[in-house]
Amino acid sequence: MKRARAEILSTRKVGVYQSITLVAPEIGERARPGQFLAIAMPEGRAFILRRHFSIHQASRRGGWAGTLEFVVDPSAGAGTGWLAAARAHEFLDVIGPLGKAFSYPKRLTNCLLVAEGRGAASLFFLAQELLARHKRVDMILGGRALETVFKPIDAKRLAQTVAVMTADGSLGERGGVLDALPDAAARAAAEVVYAIAPAPILRAIAAFCRVHRLPAQVAIEERMGCGFGLCNTCVVPVARRDGSGYDNLRACVDGPVFSPQAARAPVGSSRA
Amino acid sequence: MSRTITVTERVGSDVPRIAESPAGIVWETGLQNPGLDAFVSGELLRLARGGARIIVSIGGETLEEYVRMTSALQGRPEVAAIEIHLSGRDDELDRAVLGAHADRLNEIVGAVARMSLVPVFAKLPGACDDTVGLARTAVRAGATGVTLLASPPALGLEATRDRPRIGIVTGWLSGPALKPVTLRAVFDVAQALPAVPVIASGGVRTGEDAVECLLAGAWAVQVGTATLTDPAAAVTVAQGIIRRLKTAGLASPAGLRGLLRPAEHAAAEENPAPAP
Ligand SMILES: Cc1cc2nc3c(=O)[nH]c(=O)nc-3n(C[C@H](O)[C@H](O)[C@H](O)COP(=O)(O)O)c2cc1C
Repeated sequence: MKRARAEILSTRKVGVYQSITLVAPEIGERARPGQFLAIAMPEGRAFILRRHFSIHQASRRGGWAGTLEFVVDPSAGAGTGWLAAARAHEFLDVIGPLGKAFSYPKRLTNCLLVAEGRGAASLFFLAQELLARHKRVDMILGGRALETVFKPIDAKRLAQTVAVMTADGSLGERGGVLDALPDAAARAAAEVVYAIAPAPILRAIAAFCRVHRLPAQVAIEERMGCGFGLCNTCVVPVARRDGSGYDNLRACVDGPVFSPQAARAPVGSSRA
Repeated sequence: MSRTITVTERVGSDVPRIAESPAGIVWETGLQNPGLDAFVSGELLRLARGGARIIVSIGGETLEEYVRMTSALQGRPEVAAIEIHLSGRDDELDRAVLGAHADRLNEIVGAVARMSLVPVFAKLPGACDDTVGLARTAVRAGATGVTLLASPPALGLEATRDRPRIGIVTGWLSGPALKPVTLRAVFDVAQALPAVPVIASGGVRTGEDAVECLLAGAWAVQVGTATLTDPAAAVTVAQGIIRRLKTAGLASPAGLRGLLRPAEHAAAEENPAPAP
């Protein structure tokens, strides 16, 4: 974990989202897919906590070496709204990379990546790393409507197949990512599933993987206070292996990538 | 400083557990902690890595729980002091805030202090009628000093969605919003009990905040919420204190303690009184 004063290299609109690229070599060279950044808000009485964003890209080589990209949903709140309005050449106080990353399969080859909305941002970073390891990548991308599906065209360049699902049918098929899951898993001959979505959808994806005996990794986004394990507020209830209740694990340091059983709501927990 | 430890492990309360408020945060963790045994054999050793000595916060709902925790912490070289968390429920006397009542404070602090070989600080509840009176009770019962104050109870609501911002609805207020409340509590107790060590907690974010606490009469400060945005906040605060000591030519923070000058009548220049 490094702290940096990072210059905004560029910021651009991607559908309803704002994609921000920073110059942060120390963080960029350590970043792995699934990890996130904690970004400080302006001084004043309005903001106290940092805001947390998954890493969308980290370039270690080439002309963009040392840069880091993350994606903001400006409608999420006042803090993300402020970030979305930040201009190139302004500086941000950034801590990262934080959290556990996705791990890459050693033997298995066919990877199905599933995400809803802005959650897809970190799947692109993951897809590149998987391709570099000679894996096959297929994707399911979802959203409420056309503008909320994150980078469907870029996805087609990375993945063998991309299933796009929108609630209103304005892009791809009408429906949610779950509707596309059985077909996409069969078509891709999926051996591993990676998923980022709101809790109920993640739960259903985890159930599908259990039934079909597919190993999976899920990234869980929970409201965070600090992002580095101090405040114990971003917890996810995970059933204990011995069946004796559950533990509240911290999404920031024990996750955000968990095994799919973390998506299940243990009996007695707030998610049940 | 540890989080508050209880005899048995607590999984804690429902998410969301944290929300911003103007110059503060409303939070509730439900005292999530691994329980006394796991703390002593794991977290305590990790916190003390590198030679740090830890003030351990103990919490409970019965007298027996406080006694068991105190006993288990004796003779541990990692433990510098015990801080007694007193803002929780009182199970035995069926009261909402255990430490808000002098009779109970006397009993619990007395039991812990009699048994403890290390200094004991009572962290007084953040919303009580008579902070000075409770501080006096704690010290008479044997406390080395007091920590002022615990987070006051708070509630965060969201008008646009008709919902509470915290999973279990009610929580506590922390952060810069608390600083004037902390300063007043420290000032009042230091005036009444000048020989009693006071640790200021609540709203300390910068070196200046810490200096203000010292001027009000604190012997030491704690940094909580500021650590959530800057993990090195305590270092920044310490450097700020050292800078002030250097410019004032003082050798120790004790030199600043209670060193308040009389108020200036500068307001007269800024807001001139209307001509008669
Ligand atoms: C997330 C969080 C967890 C806390 N946990 C404890 C605790 O376990 N025991 C305790 O005595 N105080 C706890 N506190 C309160 C702090 O110790 C401190 O009294 C309070 O936050 C005010 O100081 P600050 O403004 O510097 O944060 C907690 C505060 C926060 C924000």
